[in-house]
Amino acid sequence: DPDSRTEVVLLACGSFNPITNMHLRLFELAKDYFHETGKYKVIKGIISPVGDAYKKKGLISANHRVTMAKLATKNSDWVEVDDWESCQSEWLETLKVLRYHHQKLLSADVNNSLQDAVPITKLGRKRKREPSRHEPIKKKNQSPVVKSVPQVKLLCGSDMLESFGIPNLWKLEDIAEIVEKHGLVCISRAGNNVQKFIYESDILWRHKDNIHLVEEWISNDISSTKIRRALRRGQSIRYLVPEVVRAYIEENGLYSPESEDSNSGLLLAPLQKNATDPRSSQALN
Amino acid sequence: MRSRIPVILLACGSFNPTTNMHLRLFELARDHLHQTGRYQVVEGIMSPVSDNYGKKGLVSARHRVAMARLALETSDWIRVDPWESQQDTWTETVKVLRHHYNEALRALQSKEIMRNKHPTEGSMEDSLSCQQPVLPELKLLCGADFLQTFKTPNLWKEEDIKEIVEKFGLVCISRAGSDPSQFIQESDLLSKFQHNIFLVREWIQNEISATQIRCALCRGLSVKYLIPDSVIAYIAQHRVYSEQS
Repeated sequence: DPDSRTEVVLLACGSFNPITNMHLRLFELAKDYFHETGKYKVIKGIISPVGDAYKKKGLISANHRVTMAKLATKNSDWVEVDDWESCQSEWLETLKVLRYHHQKLLSADVNNSLQDAVPITKLGRKRKREPSRHEPIKKKNQSPVVKSVPQVKLLCGSDMLESFGIPNLWKLEDIAEIVEKHGLVCISRAGNNVQKFIYESDILWRHKDNIHLVEEWISNDISSTKIRRALRRGQSIRYLVPEVVRAYIEENGLYSPESEDSNSGLLLAPLQKNATDPRSSQALN
Repeated sequence: MRSRIPVILLACGSFNPTTNMHLRLFELARDHLHQTGRYQVVEGIMSPVSDNYGKKGLVSARHRVAMARLALETSDWIRVDPWESQQDTWTETVKVLRHHYNEALRALQSKEIMRNKHPTEGSMEDSLSCQQPVLPELKLLCGADFLQTFKTPNLWKEEDIKEIVEKFGLVCISRAGSDPSQFIQESDLLSKFQHNIFLVREWIQNEISATQIRCALCRGLSVKYLIPDSVIAYIAQHRVYSEQS
């Protein structure tokens, strides 16, 4: 029954510095995967570029990164860019971004339900049982259509999942809430170590049903780092990023040896933040 | 000032369909040749094989040429040439090379005739154009797997391989982690002409095989961002790939 499928929103957090065809592929792969289970319906994809306060080396201004992502998704009918995270003056934990989008989804859902306040009656439906039977009818044909609560799942590659193990990068309680309350969709190359990584972590293992592993059979390793490297060397990036993104980068002269040096010597925001928090010393496994 | 040798890159293949990887091969080859300082890549030609190649799953040349054309809409230097696809029988690679080389010469000659008919006066270009026009070189663009087929028994005529590497040249793109230079060293013929075999390493892994694309399409899976949007639209509109095809 297509109406009983759980609605899912895919949220991808990251630098998108710049956005590449590989990032965009993650969404397509995840959507196909969920569709094939027959249990989920992907209704939206959200790209949430990280704010400048992340202080990653080589990170260029959020304005450009958001604009490029928007250009890249202009002709997608289900993936969009959200700049809320990038507008925050301080770096935000991924969990907070998940919570924000989950809350937003719930409010939108409530609004939609309020608009359809009148229960949907299905007129003209023939009763399956004979009227002479006195047993109560199990299926209520005249009750409002009940959908399960839509879920926001974090979409990522195996590198992000495995980054859970980097000391002080993630708070253990955040990881727990992400996999317990929201869920993870992790795209990885065939022959990866992700299953082993999950096995070796008690918290991930406990919630492995909410960690969806999708194998990418078509080898596609277009990392932003390599794109920036190619640009510094005057090499072509055509067909690795959307044409509109390539044109934007060229017109604006983005990515140079200088831009790659930005934030050099600075500590990544989460490392800075968690270093002062005693709770963060908890290990993943 | 030593001028660069103009180069035309020719890629032969099924292009069934054209993928982003096919298009990348051209970009990589051009960058590589430019960085040698000796060459100027002036044109790229995609030459889809004719239908009687007989490969399993090969859809009609009409579609493959149309899809290549759509894929190349955003390129200002690569074009698709349907000559090979229009031939009645399968054409050996060396014959395709010869055809396009002759065409390039013909184009050059007619440009020379035009220039001689209408000489510009007093322009800077005059002194330079008095020099003999540099003959272009036509090089075969391929992947490392193509190079390996040279050692398949009875697949190639020795004299054809010789003509390809001696008269034309090869630009061979290989994956990070695979190194065809050993294969070249093991062949007397290839090592003799290794100066005309350009090995380009692709460090950004992007192995989008057309076979996988067709497989995905048959299963109703998305191929967006692996092949150009215009090609996806064409495939959907004309129902190019199906279980039957």
